[in-house]
Amino acid sequence: MENLLELKNIVKTFTRAAFDFTREKVVYALNDVSFDMDVEPKILALVGESGSGKTTICKLILGLEEPTSGEIRYKGIPVSDWIKKNQKEYRKEVQIIFQDPFETFNPFYRVDRILWTVIEKFNLAKNDNEARSKIEESLEAVGLRPKEILGRYPHQLSGGERQRFMLARVYILRPKLLVADEPVSMLDASLRAVFLDHLKDFKKTGISCLYITHDLNTAYYISDYIMIIYAGKILERGSIEGVIKNPLHPYTRMLISSIPVPDPTKRWTDRVRIDITQLQRVSGRETIKGCVFYNRCDYAMDTCKGSFPPMKMVEGHEVSCFLY
Amino acid sequence: MEEILEVEDLKVYFRTIYGDAKSLDGVSLKVYEGEILGIAGESGCGKSTLVEGVLKLVKPPGYIHSGRVIYNGKNLLELDGDEFRKIRWKEISYIPQGSMNSLNPVIKIEEQMTDGIISHTDMTYQEAKEIALEALSSVGLPPDVVQMFPHELSGGMRQRVCIAMSICLKPKIVFADEPVTALDVVMQKLNLQTIGELKEKFGITVAMVAHDMSWHAEVSDRICVMYAAKIVEIGSTIDIFTNPLHPYTAGLLEAIPSLEKRFAKSIPGIAPSPLNWPNGCRFHPRCSKKMDICEEIDPPLKEVERNRIVACHLYGGG
Repeated sequence: MENLLELKNIVKTFTRAAFDFTREKVVYALNDVSFDMDVEPKILALVGESGSGKTTICKLILGLEEPTSGEIRYKGIPVSDWIKKNQKEYRKEVQIIFQDPFETFNPFYRVDRILWTVIEKFNLAKNDNEARSKIEESLEAVGLRPKEILGRYPHQLSGGERQRFMLARVYILRPKLLVADEPVSMLDASLRAVFLDHLKDFKKTGISCLYITHDLNTAYYISDYIMIIYAGKILERGSIEGVIKNPLHPYTRMLISSIPVPDPTKRWTDRVRIDITQLQRVSGRETIKGCVFYNRCDYAMDTCKGSFPPMKMVEGHEVSCFLY
Repeated sequence: MEEILEVEDLKVYFRTIYGDAKSLDGVSLKVYEGEILGIAGESGCGKSTLVEGVLKLVKPPGYIHSGRVIYNGKNLLELDGDEFRKIRWKEISYIPQGSMNSLNPVIKIEEQMTDGIISHTDMTYQEAKEIALEALSSVGLPPDVVQMFPHELSGGMRQRVCIAMSICLKPKIVFADEPVTALDVVMQKLNLQTIGELKEKFGITVAMVAHDMSWHAEVSDRICVMYAAKIVEIGSTIDIFTNPLHPYTAGLLEAIPSLEKRFAKSIPGIAPSPLNWPNGCRFHPRCSKKMDICEEIDPPLKEVERNRIVACHLYGGG
């Protein structure tokens, strides 16, 4: 079966500051990452902590950065070719929602302009009337009332409204793939559920979603599949139920045990293990040969130091750890 | 438990061209010694304004309209700047929101920490440095940190530096404004535990502002729920979670997504504007249990059980 999106052995390195001669210059943001997404609309969650390479993946998919090595294909054609030859088409099919709803709007323009620009650029409507009805339809689809929203300036909208307005933009375009980079981390708990429900509705209309987050709760709430990424490596992946209910990798277990349970009778009893070598974290990344999680792992063995464990199929999902 | 701080009918308004925005509209609250008091509510409900009001840190166009903050028998709001400076940081300290980004990027941690200590006491640099080291180790940071610049530390570690700074002078109360927001889950857990330990190790009373109810479930002893510039409910953490009285509190709890129940319900509608609060109970346009009286009369806070205060017409006509 053909894949919608395919990442193969992606490596992305960044060069460190030019004046820092004392250390090695290359930082591996992504190290041999491969995954693919089905044509069938699904929501795939990409979970990891800050600095794990989540946003780099998102930039590579959008073609904003080129991978150092490896290949990204969208519908079988490399993304770099899409960008060179058919950028407009690619932008129409692959859309993004950014994290911060407060900085994605131009404060000088009324919010309507965002939707009008989209319609103009992609020739979505024949005349003004059609455009207007499309705009209203898209706003209603994300639960906003067009009369209350149109004609306003960004500062007059709340964070939740702004983020949903961005969803309306996506809805007008009907892309095949939506990359959502931490879309709810700036929203209140009571608004998160609303936003995530819209992503679920989008899936039904045929929009696949790569949901990037550090929050396992919301990932569990909407996703079908999940990938756990740490320091540029994918450590575990599989169906959401499989990974959350039966986490195999020690890092996944640590993430899950760190989630506060909304029940005061079930407070944490264990302590977090702090990795002092994390102090040198920025420089540490390039020298690691073995498992990237070695320094923080409770089950670290000698074999872990030698080489990175390969992906293995265990109990229904894939995990990369020498324990299995 | 003894009362350590009492807020009485505190009002903080912001001047705007449309009139005063009543961001904090009559909040009364008691903080008891040695507890962790959680302050919860959605953004814009006045959580941060409450903390700023208590510490007299409201900046123009905001101003403290009226109210009293009693600490040690004195009304803090009547003290002048110099007198208040003696209490702030030494007795009542503050971890501001987003404090991990408030460190000066070109100054080493050591100097930033000692600077604050020296300006509030008459210690020498060496003494101040020792205090700084002690505070850092009590939040689980190695001593090498003092020689570093903020960019060399991760967000979670910078946040712990700020916690360390706030406890340098062994204050009685620490106000922590969203201390774990914007960190990843593992760091959140670590920092919440650090805050929980302040109470156990040093007997420091903590008032923690956080929008996420599950953080309060982990560390808070009592929770005070705010909505639209007022307090709607106060109770012990166990009571609030097992039996929320106010419909807003119940809604907040239902909105938490968790790995155990795979659904979450949001509260319909949006929060009202501080320029124009609704008449009567401020929650009535969004409330599922609205009665006629709610549209007209704003329910006062009322003690319905021991240590259980709620402002809702469902519990006695008010």
